Amino acid sequence: MSTVADYVARVEGTCGAESDVIVVFRYEKKDEVIANIMKKAKLKNTIAGIIFELSYQDLSFRLYTSGKAIFRGIKNKPELMNFLAELLL
Amino acid sequence: MEHHSNIVPWEITGKLKGFTIKYAKVNPDGTLDYDDFESKLCKKTKLACLSHVSNVTGVINDVKRIGKAAHDNGALMLVDGAQSVPHMKVDVQDLNMDFLAFSGHKMLGPTGIGVFYGKKEVLEKMPPFMGGGEMIKEVAYNQGQCSVSWNELPWKFEAGTPNISGAIGLGAAVEYLDGLGMDNVLSHEKDLTKYAMKRIVECKKVTVYGPSDPAMKCGIIPFGVKGLSSHDVALFCDNYGIMMRSGYHCAQPLHQIFKLESSARASFYIYNTKEEIDRFIEVLKEFDQL
Repeated sequence: MSTVADYVARVEGTCGAESDVIVVFRYEKKDEVIANIMKKAKLKNTIAGIIFELSYQDLSFRLYTSGKAIFRGIKNKPELMNFLAELLL
Repeated sequence: MEHHSNIVPWEITGKLKGFTIKYAKVNPDGTLDYDDFESKLCKKTKLACLSHVSNVTGVINDVKRIGKAAHDNGALMLVDGAQSVPHMKVDVQDLNMDFLAFSGHKMLGPTGIGVFYGKKEVLEKMPPFMGGGEMIKEVAYNQGQCSVSWNELPWKFEAGTPNISGAIGLGAAVEYLDGLGMDNVLSHEKDLTKYAMKRIVECKKVTVYGPSDPAMKCGIIPFGVKGLSSHDVALFCDNYGIMMRSGYHCAQPLHQIFKLESSARASFYIYNTKEEIDRFIEVLKEFDQL
């Protein structure tokens, strides 16, 4: 059975007042991740086919075709992991 | 306008030693308020510290002017050269710096090594800050007591086993840059900055922070894109193979002055070309569809 760790390479906190969290998905899984997320989340906007602005469970986030995503408003790592589990698995 | 590296150590040491730290103001365009800096110097001032070049805006500070004002008040001058030494000729004697610090990894050298320069007569008066091999001249035992004397400069400040491989790598980087000629390095960066500043106004959603006159700065352009965080901008450019820094750049106070949550930063060095800037501008223009 797959876990979030199978899809996520690392999680980076950003510096800046925004307190964004960048999730870097495993390179070999990025196409699968993007497909899974696009199936579940609602597409709000796209820029140049590279940035996808999405929402899922009242949380907006941005997904990049490079296999990275930015989340804002996540309180802590367990909350992020729960959200990713819902989104990916 | 300082990097945290020229704030945090003084805040730590200030609490330990009980000295007062005064911060000079920055003008709205990110340039130093020289009058305010000079007004804060007095006969009680021990040390004036300033970055030679801002790592956020690329603004080049007149460290010679501040150094003179510091010396007129009997204070010493410390310059953070992390952003200047890799990009321009820095003559510590002409600029009359008492101390200069810079990093290896910002000038094609390895990480984990840097340079701290100090005037010999100042360093002679300073005690070592760290104990270990090489910094000791003699440890003499006499009637139940030990007396210790320090080695000559620079060994007095080079305790323990040095970072030999790092020093060799940094030395090679210095020789390489010296071979190119630091005037050539600066000239190349100035050309690129001037060109990029001229073209970036074509990008409707982009706001450049700091002074708009390229003559006032080194090869750094901090900017924002309306409606996006700096991290979005950086990840977007990453898709096109363009690497840039986003966030506070370890200079949170300057972002507070600019009233910014963060900024994206394009920076140029010897290996960049005008063609790359053209590509960068085309990518930034993609944001116009937002």
